[in-house]
Amino acid sequence: MSTTATHAHDDHHDHAPKGIWRWLNSTNHKDIGTMYLVFSVVAALVGGGMSFLIRLELGEPGIQVFDVVGEMMGSEANQFYNVTVTAHALLMVFFVVMPALIGGFGNWMVPMMIGAPDMAFPRMNNISFWLMPPALVLLVLSAFMGQGAGTGWTLYPPLSGLAGQPDMSVDFAILSLHLAGASSILGATNFITTILNMRAPGMTMHKAPLFVWATLITAVLLLLAMPVLAGALTMLLFDRNFGTAFFDPAGGGDPILWQHLFWFFGHPEVYIMILPAFGIVSHIVSTFSRKPVFGYLGMAYAMASIGLVGFIVWAHHMYTVGMGVNYRAYFVAVTMAIAVPTGIKIFSWIATMWGGSISFKTPMMWSIGFIFLFTVGGVTGVVLANAGMDIAMHDTYYVVAHFHYVLSLGAIFAIFAGFYYWFDKMTGKVYPELAGQFHFWTTFVGVNVLFFPQHFLGLAGMPRRYIDYPDIFAEWNMVSTWGAYVTMASTVFFLVVTFFVMIGGRKSVANPWGDGATTLEWTVDSPAPFHTFEETPDFTGGNPAAHPAE
Amino acid sequence: MSAQANHPYHMVNPSPWPAMGAFSALFLAIGAVFYFHDEAFLGLPGVYKVAPGLALVVLTMVLWWRDVVKESVKERVHSNEVSTGLRMGMVLFIASEVMFFAAFFWAFFHHSLGFSTATMQWPPEGIEVLDAWHLPFYNTVILLTSGITVTRAHLYIEAGMNQKAAKWTWITAILGVLFLGLQAFEYGHAAFGLSDGIYPSTFYLATGFHGFHVFVGTTFLIVCAMRAQKNQFSAEKHIGFQSAAWYWHFVDVVWLFLFVWVYWLLGTPVRTF
Repeated sequence: MSTTATHAHDDHHDHAPKGIWRWLNSTNHKDIGTMYLVFSVVAALVGGGMSFLIRLELGEPGIQVFDVVGEMMGSEANQFYNVTVTAHALLMVFFVVMPALIGGFGNWMVPMMIGAPDMAFPRMNNISFWLMPPALVLLVLSAFMGQGAGTGWTLYPPLSGLAGQPDMSVDFAILSLHLAGASSILGATNFITTILNMRAPGMTMHKAPLFVWATLITAVLLLLAMPVLAGALTMLLFDRNFGTAFFDPAGGGDPILWQHLFWFFGHPEVYIMILPAFGIVSHIVSTFSRKPVFGYLGMAYAMASIGLVGFIVWAHHMYTVGMGVNYRAYFVAVTMAIAVPTGIKIFSWIATMWGGSISFKTPMMWSIGFIFLFTVGGVTGVVLANAGMDIAMHDTYYVVAHFHYVLSLGAIFAIFAGFYYWFDKMTGKVYPELAGQFHFWTTFVGVNVLFFPQHFLGLAGMPRRYIDYPDIFAEWNMVSTWGAYVTMASTVFFLVVTFFVMIGGRKSVANPWGDGATTLEWTVDSPAPFHTFEETPDFTGGNPAAHPAE
Repeated sequence: MSAQANHPYHMVNPSPWPAMGAFSALFLAIGAVFYFHDEAFLGLPGVYKVAPGLALVVLTMVLWWRDVVKESVKERVHSNEVSTGLRMGMVLFIASEVMFFAAFFWAFFHHSLGFSTATMQWPPEGIEVLDAWHLPFYNTVILLTSGITVTRAHLYIEAGMNQKAAKWTWITAILGVLFLGLQAFEYGHAAFGLSDGIYPSTFYLATGFHGFHVFVGTTFLIVCAMRAQKNQFSAEKHIGFQSAAWYWHFVDVVWLFLFVWVYWLLGTPVRTF
């Protein structure tokens, strides 16, 4: 790229602005993506630290950690345990998984994959990011002000109402989610517009990479689900502070209304966390099998139908509220129907690998781990979809095991897969393969030891969200906590290695993965220059990246 | 634009407004919580605790959109492709707003159609509802008329006649103000207060957020009227005005739903479950 010509605005060219203003005032999708990733790592350390505390507490019967921690925080042990569970969940959902998958990888890769020079609204992109640190500040305040918000991430009234938690804490949590939600809605608008409006000439939607499809569908879900949460949160805020009675039976209101509104958002939200992961895994499986994705269109429309059906299954989170049997029959049926498009995806990934020339590099290992463990979580999801079964398992550790298999071992595995896949592209450094493999295997063992026994605990009837439990549950809880030690050690190893690779790693090349990597981001240098695709690539004759320059 | 940029998209210059807006929002949120719980905040009394944050948020909006107008009118960076993107963005924003109102309509229907076990009848006992065919009906007529006047303004813009368009946009904005005045009058004379149970909760939040959107839409129209007076709109490209008009129609449609369901069909007579 010629840099000698005159520039009307220097900022438009390859040299990035310097210092803190580069980040505070950024209008560059790669810088904003980097900020999202760093933010997500910071939130993950806090949220992960909290989960470690929870596991230490539950390692044996009785109260041994939170009496000390609670006292340090000026709160009572049981309450502060609930506060920790709440903050852990909110952190992981809104401040780790979403910023990493959508804000981080979405920002970095979507514009490059469609051959666009940046996002559609680069300045709005920046407020999407910068709303997140204030939201995090408010979330931290919600945990430490007053007695702390100990409501669980679902914020069910009456516990989240004035009667349950009269002090400031829940109000801080509500406003934290308002800001995070605003960030998501603006981000969603940005992604949809970028993807629909800025694809390279010749790249029809049916030629767009699957991560682009995944991000598009995720953004649509965000755009339509988040405002409903915003409405519900506003009602809760008014119930708490202005005397309305939306969720208060004393004034003719109904706490079940909150559950409907929350889960109408909450169920699409779980797909918001997993669809980008689907996209990443599709790319990686294809790259390391050296084959195009099997059933590309089926994969794209499977995601679209998961997104669509995701809006009409919400009450399967509420089987125990006393719904009529017809409603329950309906929600069972549609919920299980989601297994069909999900099955299409699982089998298509396997079919992509079938007969491929597979290299089991680190990103591929995480992706295969994802496919395996997400399937386990998906199958327990089908079990829980049955209203009859769920009545027995509702709010037990079986549910906890289920959603950690799809999130911790699903979404987080995909985040690591994406991290190792695009590490070269984002940093220009080579990640040492052996360290990546070691990180994968230790995490794989750790999280399975951590979460698999929780199925047994749940089936045996151990309820979630309690600081203590009867002695009968002691052994599997001890095993689960061993898993947490392994996972924590593995994470520390990962952080240390990543730190040293970032400061002194070997230099990588534009495409470290070879012929299998056919999306446009592999046609630019590693690290990707500050501005890419100022010269729009042309897709009219087919994918230019699929035929590397001879 | 650099000489090499071979694409029609707008590479926006670095801008301080996003970070400023985000931290203003934090300031606003903290002020709000301290106001709710009557804690000391910058020595401000009562509801004024939200004032500094709110002022900063509004200031950010003004500065930010001033830049957008400058980029369009002076720098001329809004190519056809960028314009398409801006229009898409507005449509998507309105779609998210629709879902925001969906939450309040859900709360309303949940209770008014008897899905809630706590509601025995609708409107609940002791609630004296407002007569749909009095002020609410006048307001319906006002908003429908404003839909016509804003379309008239739009047609003038498309004919390249900015001054006439400005006149009709002002008329639309005045109708918006009139609507808000009548709505405020109605609130002042309603027989129920915000904390009188579920009926006022759904009524005031749904109509109140609608009213707030009328206020935003009116502000947007006033800005467009002033821009039209400066001849900033062309017959081919007038995204600011177009967005204001779309937003105005959206607000209009929300009102029709409010009028039909909240005031009229589920207002009287009392139905029991």
